[in-house]
Amino acid sequence: MVSMDGKREEQTFNEQYQRMVDEIKPKPTLMKNLIWAFFIGGLICTIGQVFQNYFIGLSLTKKEAAAATSAVMIFLGAFFTGLGVYDELGQRAGAGSVVPITGFANSIVAPAMEFKREGYVFGIGAKMFVIAGPVIVYGLITAVVSGFIYWLLR
Amino acid sequence: MYCPCYSSGSIGGKELQVYLMAFIVGGLICIVGQLLMDLTPLTPAHILVLFVVLGGVLSALGLYQPLVDIGGAGATVPLPGFGYSMVSGTFEEIDNAGFIGIFSGALKSAAVGITAAVIFGFTMAVLFNPKG
Repeated sequence: MVSMDGKREEQTFNEQYQRMVDEIKPKPTLMKNLIWAFFIGGLICTIGQVFQNYFIGLSLTKKEAAAATSAVMIFLGAFFTGLGVYDELGQRAGAGSVVPITGFANSIVAPAMEFKREGYVFGIGAKMFVIAGPVIVYGLITAVVSGFIYWLLR
Repeated sequence: MYCPCYSSGSIGGKELQVYLMAFIVGGLICIVGQLLMDLTPLTPAHILVLFVVLGGVLSALGLYQPLVDIGGAGATVPLPGFGYSMVSGTFEEIDNAGFIGIFSGALKSAAVGITAAVIFGFTMAVLFNPKG
């Protein structure tokens, strides 16, 4: 028990230290980060386009094809997060791996996996929505508010 | 070959253009995200939320549809595309069903994405353990 607590303390200390370092260290890497984000983000979207064209070819409508594509991309994001590959990619790609919908899947699997030991309900079931929850909440609020305005002006 | 809509004219060239535009539009959206990550205190979680809201608002103003027309998956795969899908789905549902569409449209059009996220997310979290 004691050693586990000690380890945990050490871990949070390391995190704080890392944050401090991140704040102080200069940022000549911005350009490099932007290029990485552009290429990896672009690449992920191109892969999405391959699936989308395939689904359109199956005579799905554009909207259905886009929905099916996001399901495939979410599967891929979740799978590669499980394998540990996606987070490695993320260290280089930054927003290039966060912003595509594969990053949304990553934001679900990563904490759910991390907190698995807290059980199926409060661990996986609850923690998978740490980031996805707010995304859905604010997405819905945006949709309902703009929908209400659209309905009024219609 | 697999997309009948491009079968007229030069298939290879047009298809290549579609992929190129997806790459560029998707990449540019990610650059905006990277700028926010590097130049503001926003965390990736904030950016995901912000992008969904932004995508929704731009869609409501009619400004995101052109991006989807130009970029295809380059505009629908990034998170603003999730907001776009919710808002455009809401408007469509209001046109079809009236007032109740305000409440049903967003989830109807996001249904596939949200269900896939929950099911695949759960499955992978059960199957795999974190590294290290």
